[in-house]
Amino acid sequence: MKCKVCREHAVVDVRRHNAAFCSDHFIAHVRKQVERAIKDFKMFRGDDRLLVAISGGKDSLAIWDILLDLDYDATGFYLDLGIGGYSTRSKEAALAFAARKNAKLIVRSLSEEHGYTIPELARLTGRVPCSGCGLNKRYEFNRAALEEGFEVLVTGHNLDDEVATLFGNTLHWHIDMLGRQAPVLDERILGTGDDAHTALVRKAKPLIRVAERETAAYAVLKGIDYIVEECPMVEGNTQHRYKEALTLLEESSPGTKQQFLFGFLERAAGRFPEVEDGVEIVACSNCGSPTVRWDESAEVHCSFCKTKALAAKRKHEGSMERGGKRS
Amino acid sequence: MKVRLRNPERVVDVPGPKTVLALLHELDIVPEAVLVIRDSTLLTRDESLDDGDEVEVRPVLSGGRE
Repeated sequence: MKCKVCREHAVVDVRRHNAAFCSDHFIAHVRKQVERAIKDFKMFRGDDRLLVAISGGKDSLAIWDILLDLDYDATGFYLDLGIGGYSTRSKEAALAFAARKNAKLIVRSLSEEHGYTIPELARLTGRVPCSGCGLNKRYEFNRAALEEGFEVLVTGHNLDDEVATLFGNTLHWHIDMLGRQAPVLDERILGTGDDAHTALVRKAKPLIRVAERETAAYAVLKGIDYIVEECPMVEGNTQHRYKEALTLLEESSPGTKQQFLFGFLERAAGRFPEVEDGVEIVACSNCGSPTVRWDESAEVHCSFCKTKALAAKRKHEGSMERGGKRS
Repeated sequence: MKVRLRNPERVVDVPGPKTVLALLHELDIVPEAVLVIRDSTLLTRDESLDDGDEVEVRPVLSGGRE
């Protein structure tokens, strides 16, 4: 194959664009897709302070690399999830990349912040690991962005991630989730007058126009040493199964994923409200994060605080039980 | 040729010559789900692979996002 731009030897084919590219023009192509997403969806401005959620994988390191190359003020944030050697190696990848790019990386650990790791949380609460992990990451990314004074939280969600989420939400008709699926989510202010405060920082997904295979190719071509191994807790994950099914469709009909997602964003997303009628969003009585008020009780707790409290309760019960057996 | 596969890590022997696409079909791998790398260089699906080549088939689909 020949590069669509320069007719030199191509190294990556992008079938949905009916194109192939040499290394330099592929990198330029990906960068252009990111710039276009930032502009089209008004994700952020050139002087905004960006916090980039870093996992050590290809997507987060690729978007951090692109934003730094485009001269954005982009700081990385790595959350140590405590998933054994996998977390150790992913943190090493994040630290090595930050050192190579001379970029600032904030590192926090779930264990130090909240007293549990993701495997422990799954065992204590009975929650699916990916569910507990997602909840904790969303909470901690937002908390870090607010505490450290960032205007925008950037994540490495790519086209495949968004398509798989849309597929799952459509399959199960999660109307509330469909209403919140967007390339950029505005900050959420809670309270009024002097009490008004930002409870959720603005979130943006600049890789939304870039397929997962393309972020991987970008990382390889840029020499980014990302963690290739899969999280050991992801076995049987629903999102992964959706991706496999959608990739089969993409293989036989290139462009299917892009049509599904961008068709939804252009023609259907507006039909789903971000907050359903009659649902009241209030501040969590414990931490102040936004949550839904389901009843008239004075105390309202968000999912994160409820999960953390359950984990602490089960941990305490477990230690009491072990103490009882020993005595 | 020696083909390195990931998740789990393993190496399999596949006779060449053949194209990248033929290799992936033989291994029952969806081409859109992987990158094929030889000597740190990415290969498009029409590239020819020889018997003595060492290639990596790297999966690109990650899972687990809530």
